[in-house]
Amino acid sequence: MEEFTLPAPTKVNYLNAEYGLKSWLLTKDHKRIALLYLGSVTFFFFIGGVYAMLIRLELLTPQGDLLSSTTYNKVFTQHGIIMIFFFLIPAIPASLGNFLVPMMIGAKDLAFPRINLLSWYIYLAGGLITIYALIAGGVDTGWTFYAPYSTTFSNSYVILTGVGVFISGFSSILTGLNFIVTVHTMRAPGMTWFRMPLFIWAHYATALIMILGTPVVAITILLLAFERLTHVGIFDPAVGGDPVLFQHLFWFYSHPAVYIMVLPGMGIISELIANFSRKNIFGYSFVAFSSLAIAVFGFLVWGHHMFVSGQSVYAGMIFSFLSFAVAIPSAIKVFNWTATLYKGSISYDTPMLYALGFIGLFTIGGMTGLFLASIGLDVHVHDTYFIVAHFHYIMVGGTLLAYLGGLHYWWPKISGRMYPEGWGRFSALVVFIGFNLTFLPQFIAGYMGMPRRYHAYPPEFQVLNVLSSAGASILGVGLLIPMVYLIWSMRYGKSAEANPWHLPGLEWRTPSPPPTQNFLVTPVVTWEAYEFAPPEEMEVVGRLRRESGLDEAPIRG
Amino acid sequence: MQTWMPFLPERASSLSGKVDALYFYLSGVTIFFTLLISGTLIFFVIKYRRRSPYEIPRPIAGSHKLETLWSVIPLLIAMSMFVWGAQVYFEQARPPESPSEIFVVGKQWMWKLQHTTGQREINELHVPVGRKIKLIMTSEDTIHSFFIPAFRIKTDVLPGRYTTQWFEATKPGTYHLFCAEYCGMNHSGMIGSIVVMVPSEFDDWLSGNSSQQSPAIAGQQIYQSLGCVSCHGANGEGGRGPTLAGLFGGQVFLTSGETVKADEAYIRESIVNPQAKLVSGFGPIMPTFQGQVTEEQLLQILAFIKSLQVANPQPATPATGPMAPAPSAAATARPNLR
Repeated sequence: MEEFTLPAPTKVNYLNAEYGLKSWLLTKDHKRIALLYLGSVTFFFFIGGVYAMLIRLELLTPQGDLLSSTTYNKVFTQHGIIMIFFFLIPAIPASLGNFLVPMMIGAKDLAFPRINLLSWYIYLAGGLITIYALIAGGVDTGWTFYAPYSTTFSNSYVILTGVGVFISGFSSILTGLNFIVTVHTMRAPGMTWFRMPLFIWAHYATALIMILGTPVVAITILLLAFERLTHVGIFDPAVGGDPVLFQHLFWFYSHPAVYIMVLPGMGIISELIANFSRKNIFGYSFVAFSSLAIAVFGFLVWGHHMFVSGQSVYAGMIFSFLSFAVAIPSAIKVFNWTATLYKGSISYDTPMLYALGFIGLFTIGGMTGLFLASIGLDVHVHDTYFIVAHFHYIMVGGTLLAYLGGLHYWWPKISGRMYPEGWGRFSALVVFIGFNLTFLPQFIAGYMGMPRRYHAYPPEFQVLNVLSSAGASILGVGLLIPMVYLIWSMRYGKSAEANPWHLPGLEWRTPSPPPTQNFLVTPVVTWEAYEFAPPEEMEVVGRLRRESGLDEAPIRG
Repeated sequence: MQTWMPFLPERASSLSGKVDALYFYLSGVTIFFTLLISGTLIFFVIKYRRRSPYEIPRPIAGSHKLETLWSVIPLLIAMSMFVWGAQVYFEQARPPESPSEIFVVGKQWMWKLQHTTGQREINELHVPVGRKIKLIMTSEDTIHSFFIPAFRIKTDVLPGRYTTQWFEATKPGTYHLFCAEYCGMNHSGMIGSIVVMVPSEFDDWLSGNSSQQSPAIAGQQIYQSLGCVSCHGANGEGGRGPTLAGLFGGQVFLTSGETVKADEAYIRESIVNPQAKLVSGFGPIMPTFQGQVTEEQLLQILAFIKSLQVANPQPATPATGPMAPAPSAAATARPNLR
């Protein structure tokens, strides 16, 4: 067992190595690019959040009184487009993943730093075109762009928005490509595939979906724009097209895209659960392979979005069967995370609270997914608030909570500052309560029959909608608090040590914030993932440190 | 039902209870596993809380036995849900024997409905308790979805093709009808009501509204005015075009060598796109009627062709020239009304 000592704090790090706008806009440092992404996804999250608030305000009363129906249709469409394409898909991979994939495998950078920067510019271009489309008049097709409404009937900026989404897809492809090459070629000496943290496995699986799935949605959007411009019959039956074809193409990408959004979150949760209980992950290889299984099976279940679209009975049966099969790897992950805690040493820091919240909410989100896979039941709940509640449990209760947990966990490394722990725990609790109050009532409203995308609704659904809107305001406050204190902590937070959580991972074996080249000396990995020091050794070290008056726990012997 | 279960919609069809039973099963399993996972989490988090900053627990590699156990048990439970869900779905998807038919045409933003006896309704549908009813649905513009929560049924209504669904109402009352597929500006206004009546009241309602023409008779008039008669014969006995009497529900041999079932979709396609499936022995001479007939008229022609079903039991052979209808045929070929 080699002795590991903390590197001496250095004055120069990636944040102060260079100054000026140009040093940021032309940077090739994956950590700076990660921060550019972090800022941009936060901006888009804020816009998407404002739309969410407008939706919840409108639905306080059964009458469509706050917004006109056209405006309401644009608001829910734009909420979906912004949140999915410009927040959920890039949020974890392009910000935290960008920062941490090289650091966790002991690399100096991603394999293609220039392509990494290019991906951010492409993302930004796509985002700004979409924002322009929203300002110019907006789009009202729903984020799903279903034809023939989108190709023939909608009088809104469909093509412009489509172009924005189309362009941003390339940033996703480039990020995925970069991750795959980096993981294959740039691991530090000794960092074998099965010594990689599970965060890396999750990102590897995500990257596979990004490069295989995204081109299909790009093609779909092109065909849609082509039909809208030229009236060549592709999707609209009035000119000889097939509207169900659009749904097949769209969901062939957009169902795997769900896993682009949630797999990186699962990677974060594996890190948090292992590190905050100081235990290696129970069944590392099961968890690693379950990510790949999800990536592969995820491509075979798109038809469960089309159980009532007139698809053949037997196609429906097969998609139903496969949809149940894809649930199993997720179930394995949940059980393995829970088992990891057994006989652990569990701390209650903010990231761990988010991780525990994730497991609970993801369990509900995943189990309610079975309602939708079960074809006889899906017919009733399809396109109701039940599905709205289900995917928010996955996207918000899952991805967003994982993202917040990861952001707090790596914040000391990213910013070099500690966030205020008390506020962190408090806001995690507020988010958890607000989230459940928002979305639990929607399951009930959905089963009772309230259709989604309704501007006005029958009065018997009002109580549930008022609860939901009340929850949304609590959730909104819970999300604003971290936004404020994280920004505050960049200047006023306590300075972070290199390894504030006392963990064995490579990213903690370099100063906070790290130098531009990540590691002062190329690390050589001789330990397994999540290998904490042997207990006997820790007891001795702890006794010695207590006796010599040092209060810091060492990381590992 | 409403009084003791506030979180369920009314149960008003023969399927409602079956879907609810499946729902209870899945809800039960979900609640069980959510409590199991969160209970275990909370127990572990309290029991194994960090007691000293130097504490390092002994690593546990994992257990293939346990992992297999918690892969196989969820798989078995998932398969039970799959089989049960498939059973319910088969029942939903399989149309019953000899149902009453109702035509549904969706358009932005209203539902147009017509009974086989001719009554037309808009955004309101009267149906009797205890009769199996099949909806034959299409859209004039974009995709809609015909959703009756109290019956637990929903099927998309697509332009350019027919979709069907069926139900048997079990409880008189008035229930919601929703459009469940987003269809533009007034999507949330594309709603209506389903009025379920006891059969005697329903029959009264029907006879009180009997001034309207039945779709089959209306279809016959369209059939004549469009000139279908010249090739298919006044009573569908055939001629230059294939025989229509007795066509519906049977098998059709195509020039391509394939065989298709003459269902609603086939007949609709053969009117708007006649070259798509050519009947064996006939040339591609029929012009398209796309744009010349509305969706409602198409449904009426369909009703007329269906009514020819039992009227002319003798299959007409393709003749070399137009055949004069036999005097008796006019009497027997009267639309067969239920």
